Amino acid sequence: MSDRIEVLKTNKLFINGAFVRSESGRSYRVNKANSKTFLANLALASRKDLREAVLAAKNGLIKWQSATAFNKSQILYRIAEIMEGRREQFVEEIIALEGLPKKSADLQVSQAIDLWIWYAGWTDKISVIAGGENPINGPFYNFTSPEPIGVVGAFAPDAPSLLGLVETLAPIIASGNSALLIASQRYPLSAVTMSEVFATSDVPAGVINILTGNQKELAPWLASHMEISGMDITSLDKKSEIEIRKAATSNLKRIGNFDTKVSPERILAFMDYKTIWHPIGI
Amino acid sequence: MNKESNEFQYSPALESTSIVKIAERYGHFINGKFTSSRSGKTFATINPATEEILAKVAVGSKVDIDLAVKAASGAYKKVWSKLPAKERGKYLYRIARLMQERAREFAIIESLDNGKPIRETRDVDIPLAISHFFYHAGWADKLDYAGLGIAPRAHGVAGQIIPWNFPLLMLAWKIAPALAAGNTVVLKPAETTPLSALLFAEICQEADLPPGVVNIVTGDGKTGAEIIAHRGIDKVAFTGSTEVGKAIALSLATTGKPLSLELGGKGANIVFDDAPLDQAVEGIINGIFFNQGHVCCAGSRLLIQENIYNEFLEKLKNRMGKIRVGNPLDKNTDLGAINSKAQLQKIQTLTRAGAAEGAISWQPESSLPKKGFWYPPTIFTDVTMAHRIAREEIFGPVLSILTFRTAQEAIEKANNTPFGLSAGIWSEKGSRILWVAKELKAGVIWSNTFNKFDPASPFGGYKESGWGREGGRHGLASYLLRNEASAKSPSRKLVR
Repeated sequence: MSDRIEVLKTNKLFINGAFVRSESGRSYRVNKANSKTFLANLALASRKDLREAVLAAKNGLIKWQSATAFNKSQILYRIAEIMEGRREQFVEEIIALEGLPKKSADLQVSQAIDLWIWYAGWTDKISVIAGGENPINGPFYNFTSPEPIGVVGAFAPDAPSLLGLVETLAPIIASGNSALLIASQRYPLSAVTMSEVFATSDVPAGVINILTGNQKELAPWLASHMEISGMDITSLDKKSEIEIRKAATSNLKRIGNFDTKVSPERILAFMDYKTIWHPIGI
Repeated sequence: MNKESNEFQYSPALESTSIVKIAERYGHFINGKFTSSRSGKTFATINPATEEILAKVAVGSKVDIDLAVKAASGAYKKVWSKLPAKERGKYLYRIARLMQERAREFAIIESLDNGKPIRETRDVDIPLAISHFFYHAGWADKLDYAGLGIAPRAHGVAGQIIPWNFPLLMLAWKIAPALAAGNTVVLKPAETTPLSALLFAEICQEADLPPGVVNIVTGDGKTGAEIIAHRGIDKVAFTGSTEVGKAIALSLATTGKPLSLELGGKGANIVFDDAPLDQAVEGIINGIFFNQGHVCCAGSRLLIQENIYNEFLEKLKNRMGKIRVGNPLDKNTDLGAINSKAQLQKIQTLTRAGAAEGAISWQPESSLPKKGFWYPPTIFTDVTMAHRIAREEIFGPVLSILTFRTAQEAIEKANNTPFGLSAGIWSEKGSRILWVAKELKAGVIWSNTFNKFDPASPFGGYKESGWGREGGRHGLASYLLRNEASAKSPSRKLVR
C-alpha cells in the first residue's frame, strides 16, 4: 500500500458549473500549516476569468430566479447532504491548511453543514417575513415583496475557511441571486472542495462561481463591473474597503458589510423591494 | 381635431392667494427660531409661472450648518432620545393636525413657488404629506415590532436633501419617518422651492416641537454638500438625480455613513392589446403629464403592443388635445409651469436631441403664457431604444413612444435601462399582469393604474434608481439601526 503513489488533484476555478484553469495560466502555491512543505497549487484568477464568471453568473440567474422557493430550499438542503458525505475531506483540508486540531476542524465542518440547512429553510420564508400587503387609503390591492438583485460578488474570509465561506455565500444565493465568490487566498482548499459539492448538488450552472487567487487584485475589477449588482465586503480590510466602496458607486451596487455572522439580514441586504399596485373594483 | 377641444371654453376659476402671507425675507429655521445667514447672503425664489420674485431666502454656508447640526445634535441627546416614544408620536400627530388646519395655505404657496397646478397641490401633494405624518406618528411607539429586533436604535442626526418637484411631500417623506424613529434632522429644501418648508417650520413652532428637533437650512447644491459632509451628521438621505446621488455615494464612501437615495427613473408604461384602452389612455396621460412630468417615477416611455398602435395613438392625441396648460392657480389647469429656466433648457436640449436623432414629435395646439417657463405636452413617435429621449430622464411633459410584439420583447425593452424605479402594466389578463410584474426590474409597479402614492406603500428603486425605500415599514427601516443582539440567529461556536 505504502508504495502506491497518491493521485493529486489539480485545483481549478469553478465557472458556469465547469472546472477550468485560469485563462492566464497563472497559479500560486500554498503550504501546509506552519511549515514550508508544499501542499497544493491553486489557480490565480485573472480579470478575464472574473469577467467570464460574471457572464456565467448572469446566465445562472435565469434559472435560479425563476426556480420556486421550494426548489431552492431542496437544492440548498442537497448541498448539506453532499457535504456530509465529504466531511472527512473538509476536515483534513482544514487541518492541513488552517492547522486546527481535529476537534475544532470537525466542529467547523458540522456548523458549515448545518448552516446550509438553516438557509435552506429561509428560501420560502424570507418574503413573508420581509414583505406583505400594505393597507392603502383607497381601492387598491398593494403588496411588497423582496426580490433578488442579480449577480452578487463576495469575498470569503480567511478563517474559519469553510464556515466563513458558507456564512458569506449561503445568504446570497438563498434568495435567488447568483454569486461570484473570491476564495480566501490564504486558505483556499475549502472553496475548491465546496465547488465540487456544488457541482454535484443540482445547483444550476452559473449560480455559484468561485475564483481562487488574489482578493486584492480582483476586488477593484469586481467593484467596478457594471453587471454586478451587489457586493459583500465584510472580510475586506478597512483600507481596501474604502477604494472598493468608491468603485462600487459606479452603478450604485448594494454593499453588505455585516457585524453578524449569521442573520436573515444577510439575505435581505442583497434583495430589493418590489411594490405592486392594482385597483380593486367590479 | 384640436378645434373641437376649444369649442367648450372654461372660464378661469382662480384660487385666491389672499390667505397666504409670504414674508419679504426668510432666514434658516435653527433651534426653533428663524435666523438669518451668518454671511448675510440671500437668493430669490420666484414664481415660475410669472417670473415674479416671491421672497428672498437665506443662503446656508458652513457656519449656519454648524449651528443647525449642533442644535440637532443637542436636541437628540438632551430631549428627543429621552422623550417617551409615545410622546414623540403625539408630536407627529400634532404636526399632522396643524398641517391639516393650514392645508389651503400650503396648497397655494406650493403652487406659487413650484408652478404646479393648485388642483394637484390641493388634492395630492398636501393631503399626502399630511398623511405621511399621521402614518408615521403611529410607528413611534411600535418600533419593537418593525422587524429590526427589539429596541432598534435611531442614527442620531439625519441630514436630508430634497428636490423641487414635490417640495412639501418630499419633506414629509424625509422628516416624518426620521422623527418617528427617534432621529433629529437638518433638512435642506430645493433652491427653487423653499417656501413650503419654511411654512412647515412655523408648524413646528405652533406644535411646540422641542427646539432643534427639526432644522431647516436653505440654499443651493453647495449648502447641501456641506450638510452631507458634516461630521455631526449620522445619516444622509437624498432625493434627486442619479448623477448627484452617485456623487454623494462617492463622497460618503470614505466614511461608511448610512445613506439612502431616491434617484432618477425612465419608467416604462406597457399597454397590451387586451387593455381597457380608454382607461389606459388616462393612465398614460397621468403617468407623464402629472406634475409637468417632473416626477422621478413618471411613465416617460410608452410601450404599445404593435397591433393596437394606430388606434391607441389616435386616442392619446385626442386626449392630449384636451389638456389645459396655463395659470397654475386656475383650478381648471392640468399642466402648470416648468419649475425653472434651467429645467426648461434641459427639456429643450433633450427634445432637440430627439428630433435630431430621427424621432418625430407631436404637440396639440396650445397657447402658452408669454411670461414664465412653459413646455407643451409632447409625444415622440418613431423612437428607438438607442435614442437619448428613450434613455435619459427628461423630467418634463415629454413622452417617448415605442412598440413591441410579444410580452418578452416588452420586458426586454422596459428593463433595458440603468434605472429601475417604476413601471406600468395595462392588461385585463390577471396572469399576464403578474408575470410581467415579476419580470420587470423596478421598485414600484402600477398595474392598470399609475402614479399612485401612499404612506403605507414602500417607494424606491432597483439598480441605479436608488438605495432603500421610503414609506411603510421598509421606509422606516432607513432611519433605524437593527438590533442584532436581540435577534435569534444561530450562534457560532469555535474551538481553537
